[in-house]
Amino acid sequence: MLCLTGLPLIFHDEIDAVMGGTSAQDLAGPASSSDAPGLLSLDAMLATAMAARPGEVPLFMAFDNDRPSMTVTTGPRPDAPGSDMTIQLLDRTTGAVVGREQGKGITDFLLQLHTDMFLGLKGELFLGAMGALFVAALVSGTVLYAPFMRKLDFGSVRVSRSRRVRWLDYHNLLGIVALAWMSVVGVTGIINALVTPITKWWQADELAEMTRAYANRAPLPPSRYGSLDTAMAAARASIPGMNPQFIAFPGGSFSSDHHYAVFFQGATPLTQRLLTTALVDAETGRLTDARPMPWYFKALSLSRPLHFGDYGGLPLKLLWALLDLFTIVVLGSGLYLWLGRRRAPLAARVLEVTSGGRTTPAKLG
Amino acid sequence: MVGRSTWPIPIAIALISLAGLLAALTGDGWRDALGWAGLAVPVIAVGRAIHRRR
Repeated sequence: MLCLTGLPLIFHDEIDAVMGGTSAQDLAGPASSSDAPGLLSLDAMLATAMAARPGEVPLFMAFDNDRPSMTVTTGPRPDAPGSDMTIQLLDRTTGAVVGREQGKGITDFLLQLHTDMFLGLKGELFLGAMGALFVAALVSGTVLYAPFMRKLDFGSVRVSRSRRVRWLDYHNLLGIVALAWMSVVGVTGIINALVTPITKWWQADELAEMTRAYANRAPLPPSRYGSLDTAMAAARASIPGMNPQFIAFPGGSFSSDHHYAVFFQGATPLTQRLLTTALVDAETGRLTDARPMPWYFKALSLSRPLHFGDYGGLPLKLLWALLDLFTIVVLGSGLYLWLGRRRAPLAARVLEVTSGGRTTPAKLG
Repeated sequence: MVGRSTWPIPIAIALISLAGLLAALTGDGWRDALGWAGLAVPVIAVGRAIHRRR
């Protein structure tokens, strides 16, 4: 199921573009994450977005490194769940709202099926456990590969013998060549499934430490939020040479109850994924603390591209899809081989492996 | 392909594909191309095996 829903998700950018999604790609001008002249103020952008969602509060503001497009996420409450959020796409050179993402597209549906099967945290952890079983199956398959291949050349596919031998050979071949890729996608999938506990851990550990002075204060109401531009200037001054990826507003899972949390990206392709957090008092606009994300959050950040395969252009996505198809065949043939012999005596099944499929247990076990 | 020893070829394929996965992560341009080459190796290995099946 994960392989099947994952396959179209590899191409979610392309599918969304064809389905007539938002037109961020069409905007030209300075990057919205920069402080280049010609860009409107963050306060003005936020006011525009909030005017379209009366009664709501801001949750996130995210930037683009290549275009003037940016997004503002709003919701009914500071701690609103993802399903209640509305994302608006804006152009920071004109101040216009360009589009609205409601999260109802086919790729959003597939992504949620792939992430939590619409069951929230329980679904995430269940699928994470399935990922762990997948990795365990990779280990056991690799252990069986050695005795099976003892008398066979690498890449042997015997199609002139029985159907079972043919599938045994395909199972071994596809499994062993894609082993490294399947391990990486499996392990990073498990790490991605732990996004909720990892975020909670960061909140309880690092974030709590950074905002200790605020621990006993009542949450800051949205009416007292101060200027975003003042806050951004303070954050930029503390982390020179980097550009912000997004701002998390107070009360959500990425900030405290009193801060604008500004997440900065490194300048190189690798450090771009490793965020540094600057916490700015949302009322006064003064910097409270700035720190790089801890190791467990870095692991999560690097697991995303390594799981989705969206970091090396279309050729990488095509290879990702092929290797995903290999995995589907390995899982399917594994099931076929197991169903065909599960009632055979153990000794006969061991002999099949150690003889490289030359001796198969009697038909129908 | 030649040789009965089980592990050298699979280990080489695994290392090459891992190198490709990481190369594409550390940059764009030629590093991406290195990633494509690395991950193409397992696909080519399967193509060869199917071509030589008997």
